[in-house]
Amino acid sequence: METEQTTLVGRGNQNGAQLFRDWFVDLEKSRTDGRHAAYVFVMGSLNEILKTFDMPVVFPEINSLQTAVRRVAGDFLTEAEDYGYSPDICGYVKADVAVQLRGGDHPMGKLPKPSLAVLTNACNTYVKWAEIWERMYEIPIVTIDVPGTRGKRGDPTIRDVSFENDRRYVEAQLRELIQTCEQITKQKFNVDKLRETLTYANTISRSWKAILECNRSTPSVFNALTDGTIYLGVANGFRGSRAGAEYFEQLLEEMNYKAANGIGTVNEEKFRLAFVGVPCYPIFRRFNEFFSDWGGSFVQSTYLYFAAGGANLGFEYDVDRPIESLAEGLLVSVRDAMDSMFHQDQILQTMIDDYHLEGVVYHPIKSCRTVSTGLADGRKHLMAQRNVSTLFLESDMMDKRVVSEAQMKNRIDAFFEGLISRRQIAAANA
Amino acid sequence: MAYSAGVDVGSTQTKAVIINEKREIIQRALIDTGANVTQAAQNAFRQTVEAAGIGEDEIDYVIGTGYGRYKVTFGNKQITEISCHGRGAVHMFPNTRTVIDMGGQDSKAIKVSAKGEIVDFCMNDKCAAGTGRFLGAAAVALRIALDDLGSTALQGSKPVRISTTCTVFAESEILSWLGKGKKVEDILWGVHQSIASRSIGLLRRVGIEDELTFTGGVARNIGMVKALEESLKKKINVSEDSHFIGALGAALFAMDHIIASRQPAHKEALA
Repeated sequence: METEQTTLVGRGNQNGAQLFRDWFVDLEKSRTDGRHAAYVFVMGSLNEILKTFDMPVVFPEINSLQTAVRRVAGDFLTEAEDYGYSPDICGYVKADVAVQLRGGDHPMGKLPKPSLAVLTNACNTYVKWAEIWERMYEIPIVTIDVPGTRGKRGDPTIRDVSFENDRRYVEAQLRELIQTCEQITKQKFNVDKLRETLTYANTISRSWKAILECNRSTPSVFNALTDGTIYLGVANGFRGSRAGAEYFEQLLEEMNYKAANGIGTVNEEKFRLAFVGVPCYPIFRRFNEFFSDWGGSFVQSTYLYFAAGGANLGFEYDVDRPIESLAEGLLVSVRDAMDSMFHQDQILQTMIDDYHLEGVVYHPIKSCRTVSTGLADGRKHLMAQRNVSTLFLESDMMDKRVVSEAQMKNRIDAFFEGLISRRQIAAANA
Repeated sequence: MAYSAGVDVGSTQTKAVIINEKREIIQRALIDTGANVTQAAQNAFRQTVEAAGIGEDEIDYVIGTGYGRYKVTFGNKQITEISCHGRGAVHMFPNTRTVIDMGGQDSKAIKVSAKGEIVDFCMNDKCAAGTGRFLGAAAVALRIALDDLGSTALQGSKPVRISTTCTVFAESEILSWLGKGKKVEDILWGVHQSIASRSIGLLRRVGIEDELTFTGGVARNIGMVKALEESLKKKINVSEDSHFIGALGAALFAMDHIIASRQPAHKEALA
């Protein structure tokens, strides 16, 4: 007999996986249909505009991490290195290069070639990556230059003269993107269709923020590292779509149900943790088990902030002034995504209180300097500011050659021994 | 009288320690680990028990530590060497706030609180530079016994600069210095300074606070102690039992368990 619990709990993971499979089926079909695909990135995908033109959207970052999760990244990395790319550069780039060299063959399906690449400056590798497609396919690249925060982490609610100047600067670039899409697809821009995609995106952003906040409950209702990555994929891939909006409404319903009924993610949640950086995809499940075996649960992750393109703010577009508002939303969200990478210590201080965290796990990765640079200093700063245990684990998001499980486990075990010892000392002094 | 034991299965050597309820070391043993890690753990433990003149069944609790800790199959529990070295160092030198442990294949810097809590730690990653293995490579290249490395190095007056950070390439660099006619003791002193420099890099990542205690097998090398003290410009604590501090820490945690289990509301340490 089906109960509310059996139908609701786990639905987000199942439906998310199904949406992913469907998405790749659609991508393969779009290739055979000869449609114009856009290659985009997670921090500022501009899905809202591209979906207005019915362009199939490919996220090479997601494709690449899928090769690692499916344990075939090594073959792709080696192929790109044999082609001439250095072992030291971004593993996502190299896996994608190998996919392109294979004519779009990917473990989840055959991908369409790009007709357009859209990127922001949120990651410095995006620019060089898109240049590879430009050389391979002779396609136009639209780079949206999003002015970053000046100084420390910015306040996303400020709307002063400087902000308005930045917003107008972004808006002008969006209008250029719209023109480029018109030229490629031979379709006239339809502002009502944009309003529709913005409305769907609003539902996703609103839900994303609310879902993140659901983990304030004890026990946490989703694992920010494992479950969160599934939700993140849908949030990016289906942004601006009806399917995405419906998925997130249902996911929020599931999370609220779990919170109301005290349904957590591990048998006994002993330690509430935050994760900083990009997951260790080559041993994705195992990595989490190193923590869950001790009762450690990832309640929050900065990855769900920056890799969601700043959707954590829950910014909702004003559909009455769609392009102006899209520029505003892109500016605050992508800026916040950059801040979540570069000023993560500030967001973590808030998380420690709001989510009752006992530990913070930093995961700098060899092949991404953008998200890793400064983590050591950020960690030191956080420890000086707050009485919180931290762990610094260096590995990679793609390359198993630099993932040493035995050394990793040793450090994680010592981290938990420290947490236990800290509790015992606190109890003895109470 | 209750007894507890700690067995530290390292990459190069296995150490075992038995302590009594007063937390005094009553016996210790040290053997090469070799290929059969489980056997090494058993042998070290049995040697200690026999030397102590007690029966194995009189040891109430055994904790395994070190990289081979899960191979201490007769043990009751495993704890990482990071926690054990921190605990053992604070036991030996109660004012310890920072620990540098140099073993055969890894070095670790550990920051401990006044209460013995591990505040932070840092280890060498994917590279044996700055470890005992680096000294081993030098010993092979210069054909000197490991135990004589420190005393020979201390005779050096004009240390060469070992620039490589790679243990494998260090051997080539040592040979090239020999080819240039440099004295063995000057080369060795340079090797020790190079390792000290790497280790201090680790220490700085956790922050160096007084007092600093040096543990692990390499702490028996007087040249390494001097190289660290000169670089840091401070005295460091070194115990005659530095080699056994990981095993001692494990035995201390084991004794905590024995004593805690006698309490009505038993709360196990590190459980």
